[in-house]
Amino acid sequence: MKNIEFRTAASAQGGLVVMAGVPGVAAGSRVQLRDHAGRVRSGLVIRSANDAVLVEVFEGTDALDLERTWVRFLEEPYKLPVSRDMLGRVFNGSGRPCDGRPPVISADRRDINGEPLNPAARAYPREFIQTGISAIDGMNSLTRGQKLPIFSGGGLPHNRVAAQIVRQAKLLGEEAAEFVVVFAAFGASHADARFFQESFEESGVLNKVVMFLNLADEPVIERLLTPRAALTAAEYLAFDLDYHVLVVMTDMTAYAEALREVAVLRGDVPARKGYPGYLYSDLAEIYERAGRIKNRRGSITMIPVLSMPSDDITHPIPDLTGYITEGQIVLGRELSNQGVYPPVTVLPSLSRLMKDGIGKNFTREDHPHVASQLFASYAKALEVRGLAAIIGAEELSDADRRTLAFADAFERRFINQGEDEDRSIHETLNLAWDLLSMLPPESLIRVSEEELAKYHKGTT
Amino acid sequence: MGKILEINGPLVKLDLPQTVLGEQVRVGRLGLVGEVISRDGNTALAQLYEDTAGLCPGEEAEGLGWPLSVELGPGLLGGIFDGVQRPLQAMWEQSGDRIARGVAVASLPRGRRWHFAPDPRCHAGMPLVGGEVLGTVQETESIQHRILVPPRVQGELLELAPEGEHTVEDVIGRVRLADGRIEKLHLFHRWPVRTPRPFRQRDHAVAPLITGQRILDTFYPLLKGGKAAIPGPFGAGKTMLQHQVARWCNAQIVIYVGCGERGNELTDVLESMPTLTDPHTGRPLMERTLLVANTSNMPVVAREASIYVGITLAEYFRDQGYDVVMVADSTSRWAEALREVAGRLGQMPVEEGYPAYLGSRLAAFYERAGRVETLAGDHGSVTLIGAVSPPGGDFSEPVTSHTKEIIQTFWALSKELADARHYPAVDWLESFSGYVSSAAKWWADNIDPGWEASRAAALDLLAASEELQRIVNLVGVEALSSEQRWTLEAASLIKEGLLQQAATDEIDSFASPEKQFALLTALLDIYRQGMKLVKLGAPARRLIQMPLLAQARRWKSQHNSDDLEALKVKIAAIPAAFEPLLLEYTPAAPSSAVEAIQP
Ligand SMILES: Nc1ncnc2c1ncn2[C@@H]1O[C@H](COP(=O)(O)OP(=O)(O)O)[C@@H](O)[C@H]1O
Ligand SMILES: [Mg+2]
Repeated sequence: MKNIEFRTAASAQGGLVVMAGVPGVAAGSRVQLRDHAGRVRSGLVIRSANDAVLVEVFEGTDALDLERTWVRFLEEPYKLPVSRDMLGRVFNGSGRPCDGRPPVISADRRDINGEPLNPAARAYPREFIQTGISAIDGMNSLTRGQKLPIFSGGGLPHNRVAAQIVRQAKLLGEEAAEFVVVFAAFGASHADARFFQESFEESGVLNKVVMFLNLADEPVIERLLTPRAALTAAEYLAFDLDYHVLVVMTDMTAYAEALREVAVLRGDVPARKGYPGYLYSDLAEIYERAGRIKNRRGSITMIPVLSMPSDDITHPIPDLTGYITEGQIVLGRELSNQGVYPPVTVLPSLSRLMKDGIGKNFTREDHPHVASQLFASYAKALEVRGLAAIIGAEELSDADRRTLAFADAFERRFINQGEDEDRSIHETLNLAWDLLSMLPPESLIRVSEEELAKYHKGTT
Repeated sequence: MGKILEINGPLVKLDLPQTVLGEQVRVGRLGLVGEVISRDGNTALAQLYEDTAGLCPGEEAEGLGWPLSVELGPGLLGGIFDGVQRPLQAMWEQSGDRIARGVAVASLPRGRRWHFAPDPRCHAGMPLVGGEVLGTVQETESIQHRILVPPRVQGELLELAPEGEHTVEDVIGRVRLADGRIEKLHLFHRWPVRTPRPFRQRDHAVAPLITGQRILDTFYPLLKGGKAAIPGPFGAGKTMLQHQVARWCNAQIVIYVGCGERGNELTDVLESMPTLTDPHTGRPLMERTLLVANTSNMPVVAREASIYVGITLAEYFRDQGYDVVMVADSTSRWAEALREVAGRLGQMPVEEGYPAYLGSRLAAFYERAGRVETLAGDHGSVTLIGAVSPPGGDFSEPVTSHTKEIIQTFWALSKELADARHYPAVDWLESFSGYVSSAAKWWADNIDPGWEASRAAALDLLAASEELQRIVNLVGVEALSSEQRWTLEAASLIKEGLLQQAATDEIDSFASPEKQFALLTALLDIYRQGMKLVKLGAPARRLIQMPLLAQARRWKSQHNSDDLEALKVKIAAIPAAFEPLLLEYTPAAPSSAVEAIQP
């Protein structure tokens, strides 16, 4: 049947085509459409019955002439040829090379949907990755095998932050060289893609990067393939070739919007804001491909970037993402407007795996308590700042004024740092103690008395 | 034999005459399993537990003749099963890191031999009824597995195997049923998951479930056999709180259902439980624990089933006379799975896409919790604790609001508390428990008669401070009287010294009821002593500077539950800390009464 061309398209709308009278087509099978102009498009069977087959067309159905469209059913799922030669290459959103070089030749072709990892096969991520960024390392640390997204918004420097992480990320006592990077962009602008490409080039890692690009002016439905193709490459590099793979994906919002577009066409019942109820499971299929596996050396650490529509963290895309990923780094407009880079809003930020990857055997024994104390003191300080805005700073007590000074210093010195500034975890923790020393020791109850004695610089 | 007519996501339309709703089906070359969810003439609609990619119209399909059932017998404890009770550890060993489709592995290990000891009361010729105990297998060092007569079997025991080694499939006995047929008995039996297991009658829940978490046990108690929900936005601490309960609670069996959540969270349980000891029995926690896992990347239909698989396993251990706790993380994912299937069936959505029967399904599920008199005349209980994941953290959404109507204990998690890293982020104003008066009896009998009053005093203090905080936020703390400032300070002492309890703190992760009560009364004592001084005219500022306040905030992390003597010494010294101020502010002289009693 692979070689038969059917010319029985009965209807086409948006990105969907209904084929009539095609017997026994497998669900999920890949499809090739040839239009009257000879252009070949690709698609996927999303519903299959003997009388009608529903096909999702990645390049869309614009200008499709039903009578002059020839369709072949390839009887296999969407596959990506994988090989070490992918490193240093650039692919389009559905995994075909687009860097003018020859295709990757490999007999090993993998279903891009992957298969769910058996939870019994997972190894818990525990190795601290130093990103050199204090707001992350000190308070929301990343571990190898974690999925930690950046929640951002239009005009915020998420690309620069992601690029800085890629440049600086390393395990303590190990060179950055063990990392390879899989970079996937969907719905991103050409400028964004160029920014990353140049940043990889500058840091000399370009030959260790695999890129998958579906840019803003490229077919929307193809975006449903892009993260899956990228993760198929990542899984191969991590679990077949033992690499530690850092996956950067941007922008998950563009992905979810593409999913919604198709869902609406299919008539799926919407849950919130028009997004289908299965957005959660669909995103989970992507995010859960990060991780570590017992008895395997490699790992997949994932940093998805997403822009929060109207900066709203309760919007379904960040919300469902936060429900799946192992924390989130939230960038804030207010800090950014004050010139703080990286503008990490620490309170809503979180790393769920931090507690198991820091402390005595990993970073430094005081790290867990210092992080907890910074959160508590800064949260308190923000309350005071809110109060000062109402009653005026001159009305504040001395203690409150010290607290305010702490908040300012925390933002200016701890959160804020240079784009090329690579702070070691020790520098970050020492800096934290410099700041905590601005506060009276008896107010610091999240750190132990021994730690106070050892690190607190103030006198009461 | 039937055949596939159409494939639409996880739903498959079959030409399968004579099937019944709920029947298990096996379809296609891959042999994927699912269940029939609707019928129309000769066609049936089935939802499959596995991904349907690759299935073709025209492939074969067959009905298996039974509904989705679980295997109940030795070999469950310490295990991890998927949403339809396939053993994930065995599947990993057999088919590798990824869950391949169409893999059929028996739930209970077939080759393993168990040492069966018949119950001395059982003998040939005796009448048997379902639910009775035939004998025991020491499954783990701490848990004796009681082998039960399948609930619907009733008749005369013809023979029972003597003490010895058996696999789960060996015939260990025979029963002549009322109609003359002979029923073979094994170490295990099957039970359909959507049918609650029978019991004699419901009992009153009496004892609190001690979780070792102060905000739960002391403030919003749950009873063994009760129903609780933990709603909260992402990152608020639902999973950690459930892990804490699963680790430290004084149930005999814990069933952890990971329903549509992260794979790593199950790995965490799998890796940590064997290394932790049960504070109540001293045995490794894994011996009493079993996991059911349908992580968010696993097929969604099995997610819907996983909750029922979990609760049926819980009922089975209840029927053996055990107190069982089942935690489900998260019931929202189960509800979403329900919604997804309803949507594909074209059922009318009523709120946020959920079908009209969401509320009744939830209620029926929670109804399976309870303390009962078992068919064997024992007492057992199932305590149900469900996490709820409201979109955007909005508690007015359908799953949270329906659940709130059903449960008795509501542990509401707050984003503000979590953001400030106040853990557990249980909101002391939003949460409630309908079990306080029952719990009070237990605390009075076992710990101290003053428990209920102290608890109420602490809650009053917290409520009062909330009011004062509102004023502070408008006009600043200077506007408050000394009494009010002291109230604020004391409430903050309660929050930091009592309510906050980091799961990661080795000493404080679990607090025994004794420790909970000691801290509660100690902090209240500080509050009252201070208040006395304020009333005598001492400025709150002086009190707030007392080193005692910073010290008392650390007590929880300095004293282990099984070594409270040193803590009690510190508590006894509280009055002494106030002594200097008391001397200063006690109105001097003229009161001859004071002088009169001094020698
Ligand atoms: N009781 C607790 N003690 C210490 N840390 C906690 C506690 N509860 C939550 N946390 C922190 O918050 C993070 C998120 O908690 P989690 O239970 O995963 O949230 P949820 O399930 O509500 O999304 C954890 O990774 C941990 O760092
Ligand atoms: Mg959770």
